[in-house]
Amino acid sequence: MTISHSSIVEKAADATARATPSSVARRVRGLSDRAIAWLFIAPAITLLLAINIFPLLWAVYLSFTNYRANRPNAPVVGVGFGNYQRVLNDPDIWQAMQTTAHFVFWTIVLQTVIGFTLAYLIDRKFRGHAFWTTIILIPMMLSPAVVGNFWRFLYEPQIGLFAYAVSLVTGIPTSDIQMLGNVTLAPWAIIIVDTWMWTPYVMLICLAGLRSIPDYIYEAAEVDRASPWRQFWSITVPMALPFIMLAVLFRGIENFKMFDMVTLLTGGGPGSITEVASITLKRAAFESWATGRASAFAIILFVAVFGLANIYVKALNKVKQR
Amino acid sequence: MQKTSKALFGLATAFVMSSALPNLAKADELTLCWAAWDPANALVELSKDFTAKTGTQMKFEFVPWTNYADRFLNELNSHGKLCDLIIGDSQWIGGSAENGHYVKLNDFFDKEGIKMDDFVPATVVGYSEWPKNTPNYWALPAMGDVVGWTYRKDWFEKPELQKEFKEKYGHDLAAPKTYDELKQIAEFFQKRQIDGKTVYGASIYTERGSEGITMGVTNVLYDWGFQYENPKKPYDMEGFVNSADAVKGLEFYKSLYDCCTPPGSSNVYMVESADAFKSGQVAMQMNFAFTWPGLYKDEKVGGKKIGFFPNPAEKAHFAQLGGQGISVVSYSDKRDAALQYIKWFAQPDVQAKWWELGGFSCLNSVVNAPGFAKSQPYAQAFLDSMAIVKDFWAEPSYASLLQAMQKRVHNYVVAGNGTAKEALDGLVKDWSDVFKDDGKI
Repeated sequence: MTISHSSIVEKAADATARATPSSVARRVRGLSDRAIAWLFIAPAITLLLAINIFPLLWAVYLSFTNYRANRPNAPVVGVGFGNYQRVLNDPDIWQAMQTTAHFVFWTIVLQTVIGFTLAYLIDRKFRGHAFWTTIILIPMMLSPAVVGNFWRFLYEPQIGLFAYAVSLVTGIPTSDIQMLGNVTLAPWAIIIVDTWMWTPYVMLICLAGLRSIPDYIYEAAEVDRASPWRQFWSITVPMALPFIMLAVLFRGIENFKMFDMVTLLTGGGPGSITEVASITLKRAAFESWATGRASAFAIILFVAVFGLANIYVKALNKVKQR
Repeated sequence: MQKTSKALFGLATAFVMSSALPNLAKADELTLCWAAWDPANALVELSKDFTAKTGTQMKFEFVPWTNYADRFLNELNSHGKLCDLIIGDSQWIGGSAENGHYVKLNDFFDKEGIKMDDFVPATVVGYSEWPKNTPNYWALPAMGDVVGWTYRKDWFEKPELQKEFKEKYGHDLAAPKTYDELKQIAEFFQKRQIDGKTVYGASIYTERGSEGITMGVTNVLYDWGFQYENPKKPYDMEGFVNSADAVKGLEFYKSLYDCCTPPGSSNVYMVESADAFKSGQVAMQMNFAFTWPGLYKDEKVGGKKIGFFPNPAEKAHFAQLGGQGISVVSYSDKRDAALQYIKWFAQPDVQAKWWELGGFSCLNSVVNAPGFAKSQPYAQAFLDSMAIVKDFWAEPSYASLLQAMQKRVHNYVVAGNGTAKEALDGLVKDWSDVFKDDGKI
């Protein structure tokens, strides 16, 4: 069932009207509660329409044309679904989607496992846990530009600490540890950095989940002589699951858009091995200026993320209702 | 009430007058847009003479190279009025001419007696003309630049290394004239211990994100016989872009990357290459000539320690053109003043001072003047290099053409995927698609 945009707005207006104290309405002569509500909502609605809805609709329109932003004087011709057809038949774009899926999958797996483990450990409230929590949170507080440059130096084979550490453990010469220039290692180099930066975020959400579990449930389990292992699988994990799933949703959407880190670390290389969808899109839109085609690609990405997120949210709601 | 109205009117008038005053003052101000690099600083210094002579203040909008194209092409495409004058990259000329971003300068040149014959021919073709090789001028050659090489002269002059090299290769260790010699030298220095430090053969362009590896690869491919198209049939690329010679050239570039570059050289462009040289890592460095004055001044590797040489030869002898021309932006409200700047900039004495300050003049009277070749240690290499230049496509769709080449050659050279033939065949396909989209084939 599709809910129309206007009905959402009307519902919001009604809700605002109901929430507006009657004394306010009385003070503004000649205006009904509904009118006052509209008055308050109008700026936000206008901004929303101007900043979100209009560009989206404009992009949809452009996706059916041959428009190129660098040739504003050229006639704009409708091409039907030509741009969509071309995007969907472009092997480079499928390669980029595959690369993106690879990043999203592995970053989510690693960040969830490590993030939950860290949250579980921090939740034990050992001595100094507040200090370690702060230390762990530092990476996510840094700017991605700083993190990208920082790790580029760490990965440097000649002077980088990462290569030195790996060499120390494995005995491989540092000059052979080329994380960013090697086809096999470059994707993992990015996954490592993203995991390092965003695991604390997942940890925070999981920690909130763990702390929301009431103590009396564990106390009841203790009374029933449930083992710690049993308590973990029957109480901790199921009750923290909605939070874990929420973290997965946030990180999934974010990582689908991954751009800055990849640009700074590899520029999409070696070759095109780390060229994620957002880089392909940026190149099509702002380097090749194939605006129409780039719009079609953006709409496809939007629909894909929106669709997957919706399915996921439904699953999340089911888990919450259990 | 009347008094209040008068007071309000007076205040409003004063406000309007005060806000108009700066605008009046700004009528004599020109904004010049360019990349943020050493030559731009030289231009700021040079332009003080223009201000002194005309009273027109110069304002500069310099953007780092990494954002230069994005920033200014956006500005031009949106018909922005930020730049009155722009020193735009050589590849932009086709798009900027066809999309009406630049003012056509033919009538102005005729009126002011500015002759394109007075400039180095290759720079006129590269920076000013669209369509190429036709007398349609959209810019005045401003900053000559070309890919060339620097080398560690002090290492080359070490007697023990000279002896060892001659015994191994049968000729002197000196600035190479061919690519075979260049590779021999690079191999000779690779992982050698010099002054207690491990050094490497050469730093070459491999950058993936913008245009780096393309500039490096074309610099070499030209010499093996690579051509952009059939000279007799425009946009016919089969057998030219992917000719057997071009394939050999690309294989050579990869072999140079594999054998003789420092570890971690998978994403190297101008800055990284200069850094590799400055930090004493490499014996030779591929880089644009604009870096030479700065490197020569460097305390650690400059002065007597550095030498310069033009691109070596193979079957042919070319070098990749860099550099830019200066254009008047057609959306500027100050076209006349901007044209006056170009007129001033074209004068021989201004061009001579431009070279003195660190800019690379394209004026024949400067570069052919007696003593020019010895005016700077790198002047001869610059002259020799500018005599053999060739440029990438300057088509309006140059960015799509560039992206395709970046991907194909990086995939082969750095990632090691497929063969050189496959990379160049793929490039022909990609470029053909772009020209089909443009309705040119």
